[in-house]
Amino acid sequence: MYQYDAVDQEFVADRAREFREQVARRLSGELSEDQFKTLRLMNGLYLQLHAYMLRIAIPYGSLNARQMRRLAHIGRTYDRGYGHFTTRQNLQFHWIKLRDAPDILDQLAEVDMHAIQTSGNCIRNVTSDPYAGATAEELDDPRVWSEAIRQWSSLHPEFSFLPRKFKIAITAAPNDRTAAKVHDIGLMIRRGRDGQLGFEVIVGGGLGRTPYVGPTIAEFLPANRLFSYLEAILRVYNRHGRRDNIYKARIKILVAALGAEEFARQVAEEWAKIGPEGDLPDTELARIRGAFATTVFEALPATSEVFETAKAADPALARFARNNLRPHKKPGYTIVEVSLKTIGDTPGDATSDQMDVIADLAERYGQDDIRVTHEQNLVLPHVRLDDVPEVFAQLQATGLASANVNLISDIIACPGLDYCALANARAIPVAQQIAQTFADPDRAEAIGELKIKISGCINACGHHHVGHIGILGVDKKGEEFYQLTLGGSGAEDAAVGKMLGPALPYDKVAAAIDTLVEVYLRERHEGERFLDTYRRTGVEPFKEAVYADAH
Amino acid sequence: MPTLIRRQDDDQFILGDDPFTAVADDEGLPPGDVIISFARFQAEGDRLLAEGRAVGVRLEPAEEVEALAYDLPRIAVVALAFPKYRDGRAYTAARLLRQRFAYAGEVRAVGEVLREQAGFMVRCGFDAFAPADGASPQDWAHAVHRHRHVYQRAADLRTPAYVEREGG
Repeated sequence: MYQYDAVDQEFVADRAREFREQVARRLSGELSEDQFKTLRLMNGLYLQLHAYMLRIAIPYGSLNARQMRRLAHIGRTYDRGYGHFTTRQNLQFHWIKLRDAPDILDQLAEVDMHAIQTSGNCIRNVTSDPYAGATAEELDDPRVWSEAIRQWSSLHPEFSFLPRKFKIAITAAPNDRTAAKVHDIGLMIRRGRDGQLGFEVIVGGGLGRTPYVGPTIAEFLPANRLFSYLEAILRVYNRHGRRDNIYKARIKILVAALGAEEFARQVAEEWAKIGPEGDLPDTELARIRGAFATTVFEALPATSEVFETAKAADPALARFARNNLRPHKKPGYTIVEVSLKTIGDTPGDATSDQMDVIADLAERYGQDDIRVTHEQNLVLPHVRLDDVPEVFAQLQATGLASANVNLISDIIACPGLDYCALANARAIPVAQQIAQTFADPDRAEAIGELKIKISGCINACGHHHVGHIGILGVDKKGEEFYQLTLGGSGAEDAAVGKMLGPALPYDKVAAAIDTLVEVYLRERHEGERFLDTYRRTGVEPFKEAVYADAH
Repeated sequence: MPTLIRRQDDDQFILGDDPFTAVADDEGLPPGDVIISFARFQAEGDRLLAEGRAVGVRLEPAEEVEALAYDLPRIAVVALAFPKYRDGRAYTAARLLRQRFAYAGEVRAVGEVLREQAGFMVRCGFDAFAPADGASPQDWAHAVHRHRHVYQRAADLRTPAYVEREGG
């Protein structure tokens, strides 16, 4: 966890004070809603179907117990006792009153949090690997770079009115848990032949109406040249990105129109002119690195008797261990995934009480460290194996012990027509139906890793393009229909899914997913995930089965 | 004489006179100092300068500052247009004028210029403002000075956080 210094604290406090003034001008009628819109959007405040929605930044998905408790408190005091974790590792409250928003920002500032740049055509919250600092896979701690980018991008004088929003993801592990290749910029930390750290720079990926897996424009950018290079990319985009059509304004459209090679050439040309003056000094990077709270690990045996005994006695714990634990870099420790995909509930939602429990667990058993994943789950990154039975018991008691991470009921869904003014169709109830269809945990485990992602409209907030099975809600003459895509992936093997066939009505979706799964179970070879089988067989057997059923 | 908000060297803001007349391409030229389009400057700039007038050039967002580079020493004002407040291209133009071309003349923000942009504009090197929202120099100063810290180096002289920290 990065510790704010006085500069960081005063920065968010100033921002909160500015917003309080702006809200006062709106409430007094000095500003019209139209004039106010741009101001509130710079502070993460949206006007949705029923109320204001406030999106709070959780930089690179990292927070501590005190911050989580504050979010719980805000949910309880100003919302309806719950919040929604998003695919960009942020938190949304959906039932906010405008007059409360300044108080909420003050409350956030007190715990070193903010809502800066969670909306608007600016550089948004940087997303990163939720296992950072805990996984043995990583080459460096991506949070250091994420925090440096957070600071550099905050109220950037030149890049706060871009053609469109701008999202950056950073990962330092070969297993990409950030969907880096479908971001405006994806940064993958690499080590050069001489041992030097650098970045593979991917630009122009994205979802929405026009999905792209981004091309690499620099194979190896020396790490200490990152900021001048980012400046060059953003400047080329700011000058040349389209501003005549909101749907063609993302950087992916510019990169695709120019071609990756020509875009890379323009960036290189601009980069040469900027020179090292645009870089952050090594001393500041070292300071940021040092400002992360140190985690102290005990020397422990690789296996824990307490844990093994408890697992043998409790099949539910054993199932949780199989599906929700991930290897930690230190022996005797584990990464615990806490699923926010309890069957029947809204994906990504957590109640204030649950947030408090997570905060307690993090404090007592998890080095005061909590992460949010882009798949809308939470992570306790540093838990001793000895403590897993107790953590599991407390998760069970608060209804957060679903052992379904990466399984078919671990579904990403956007808020959809239940909340969002843009949506064409509901997403949450579809997710709930599918989860219920696969409620049998043995069957879900037998199916294995299967990522279903649901968007309620073509803006693709539910990442349907990169779902192993993607579901897109469309409106057909006032009725909700759903288009299925297969074969997408947001991971290191990123791909955009292909359409299965004609859209299905609302009440046929869960059954169609069941059919797809049956085809997979029939066709799969040993060790294949759904995605692997699909890639081998192609769409035909799946298509045949789903549309045979439909007749 | 019309007025403008001007930034002074001590980072204070005052209401200043504007001796320039902004002239559209289809208008006749009045006597005195004028701000004209880039196209008109290319056609008539030499003559106007020879007459002893001060000449400013208005650049639309799609017009690149590089095209002006050679003429900058003779241009008294570069007026960068914000057809909409959302159009952020002029921020890049201003920074390049100041930092890449070391332009020392006036960089003026015209068009949909609102107090909420003031901080960004000053940081990018603008020093004259024709606000569209009726903002006063006090409003402008308030908006510009609201943040005690900045995280980036830009075209102004503000010390970025990473330098400030070294001092502390």
